[in-house]
Amino acid sequence: MSVSHPAIEIDHLSCAFRRSEALHDVTLSIPTGCVFGLVGLNGAGKTTLIRHLIGGLRPRTGRVRVLGEDPTQTPESVMQHVGYVAEEDVLPRWMRVGELIDFMRALYRNWDDQLCDKLLEQFSLDRSTKLADMSKGGRARAGLLVALAHRPQLLILDEPSYGLDPIARQDILEAVVRTASDEGRTVLFSSHLLDEVSRVCDTVGVIGGGRLLEVIATEQLPERYCEVVGELSIDDLAQRELPGFFGWQNRGREWSVAVDRRAYPDEATLRREIGGELVHEVRPLSLERWFSARVNDRELATIPRTPAVEELSA
Amino acid sequence: MLLHITTDGPPIYQQIVEQIRYRIVSGQLGVGDELPTIRGLAESSRVNPNTVARAYRELENEGLVEKRRTVGTFVAASEAKLTAAERRRLIAPHIDRVLVQAKQLGVPLDDLLAQMTQRNAKLHDAPIPTPAKESK
Repeated sequence: MSVSHPAIEIDHLSCAFRRSEALHDVTLSIPTGCVFGLVGLNGAGKTTLIRHLIGGLRPRTGRVRVLGEDPTQTPESVMQHVGYVAEEDVLPRWMRVGELIDFMRALYRNWDDQLCDKLLEQFSLDRSTKLADMSKGGRARAGLLVALAHRPQLLILDEPSYGLDPIARQDILEAVVRTASDEGRTVLFSSHLLDEVSRVCDTVGVIGGGRLLEVIATEQLPERYCEVVGELSIDDLAQRELPGFFGWQNRGREWSVAVDRRAYPDEATLRREIGGELVHEVRPLSLERWFSARVNDRELATIPRTPAVEELSA
Repeated sequence: MLLHITTDGPPIYQQIVEQIRYRIVSGQLGVGDELPTIRGLAESSRVNPNTVARAYRELENEGLVEKRRTVGTFVAASEAKLTAAERRRLIAPHIDRVLVQAKQLGVPLDDLLAQMTQRNAKLHDAPIPTPAKESK
């Protein structure tokens, strides 16, 4: 397979369930070799986006390509190269670990028995254990094992750590890093655990209300944005529509705002614009702060447009 | 190598640089010792391999380690290749941190300087045991 195309290509994808819009005009390209973190609140559209990638949903509007192919047209050939772990604990519980492995082994041409044995040992899994008798963490490891043992070019994990104990989460992160260390393999994982995302992802995209709000390289984040913390009555601040500002937050008289550094030639100018003596600190923007700034701004922006009351009475 | 990485502190690559630098300066890692592979360290620390690569580049730039093509990364023999100005630039943020803390605790500057001299003497009188480098 040629590597000339990105691992994932999404063009103007929109999707609606009944009346509610789950994805709105999402365009995203994930290059081969990338470890991409998709972050967003619950219900933001992460899973809907991922289901389009694995051929589970056909785009009504827009276009999706995975490893250069359309996952709804040629799911068999695309999925041969994709490892996928679903958000929920969906493995058939009546199966034993060994049966699950044999089943998956029959599906994948590139199944690697040696790697499978290695993973069994590493995850302390026993072929004879019934999935129903395992802990949630154990089943998550079994799911990860069958997603990895065919050495996929693209690994897609939907909320892999959700509800798992710290040790199981470590195993999952290690698997992500190991996959990422291999030349030419791509990882997409969705999470709302920003700690994990900032550790292992080189690129992160935030999704809110079905819109892809921003995509940025994690390394660039602190260079591109800063957080300004200061003190002033919030009413005064409301009148300051300064360029590059987003995600206001306040606790009492102290406020914090995310700022796009590109709007100001230097920090001194920025401080002057706000009103120098009011600023306590200018610090690099953390992933967490960036996330809440982007998500909150979006919510504020949509309140006037879609009144919740109307939805309820309709 | 077991590093302790947090995500609410300084950038991750910087934490790696600092922890390895500490191990070298304190003698836990000796001249010629091999550093873990980028891949190995990324896995055990559960961080992106590019981040580890960046930390290694930084350590190489500081002259603390040297990359030998296809073999690996090793603790460098020569004294730091940094200029005096570069060294000052690197240590400035650490000094600032101590100064802020001292001010907050009400430790006057001369007291702080005296303590530093004292602790420095202590550090070098009873050094952390290092693998003895035999000169044959």
